[in-house]
Amino acid sequence: MDLATLIFWIIAVILVGSALMVVVLRNIVHSAVALILLFAMAAGIYVLLDAEFIAIVQILIYAGAVTILILFALMLTRISGQQQRTNPTNKQWWIALIICTLLGVSIIYAATTSPHAVATVGSDSGQLPAGINNVVRLGQLLYSPTQYSFVLPFEIASLVLLVAIVGAIVIGRED
Amino acid sequence: MGLTLNHFLILGAILFCIGLYGAISKRNAIGVLMGIEIMLNAVNVTMIGFSFFNHVKPYSTYLTGQIFAIFIITVAAAEAAVALAMIIAIYRKRETVDVGEIDIMKW
Repeated sequence: MDLATLIFWIIAVILVGSALMVVVLRNIVHSAVALILLFAMAAGIYVLLDAEFIAIVQILIYAGAVTILILFALMLTRISGQQQRTNPTNKQWWIALIICTLLGVSIIYAATTSPHAVATVGSDSGQLPAGINNVVRLGQLLYSPTQYSFVLPFEIASLVLLVAIVGAIVIGRED
Repeated sequence: MGLTLNHFLILGAILFCIGLYGAISKRNAIGVLMGIEIMLNAVNVTMIGFSFFNHVKPYSTYLTGQIFAIFIITVAAAEAAVALAMIIAIYRKRETVDVGEIDIMKW
């Protein structure tokens, strides 16, 4: 077992454990703290997969912004008299458990038996041209107006963010 | 034996199912939102895994999986902001965040 595999297993166990803590814990503030751990461990998986920029963005946006947003929403919607069980499940939770288990088994079966079009083992040759790292390549792919790039989806994504900002302000405003 | 694509696909599948369980079994609306965030992260793990194991030139240099992950993160941040604003607006009006009691649009 090489070092990358060992690190993968450590991160994967913490990742799945913290995901289970998010859905199982009774106090929703504890769930939110477990969510921070989940986001950080997902960033570790991205580093392992040579996606440094996504890992940094994951830490900044998920572990930073989204978690703070969730904690603020929890603070503003605290229900008095219900301090202990703030994250209850509904009565049909066992149906949900059966559905999710079946879905997971079928996805894993499909993923392991499918003949993948991409290689299933990594190679050391590297995907990128020499002298260009992950961040530089992503910058070229997102902004370059002349080469093969994703400029138009990128601009549409900025429009989505603008609409979301305006929508959040309009919806959350007190009349 | 090193890491294969199946490691990351199975990790993504397990995370997705845990998130789905959280999203459909929680009564607190913020708990539902946390489940959706876990599902989006599972999809990101799968996308970046595919991107890493793609070695077909020149497509592997386009890093399509990572670009998709960036757009997923963008949309997830926008979705979280709008959803939490809606939850706070509903809480202000009805004094509850229980998705079982918010039934004004049910007929």
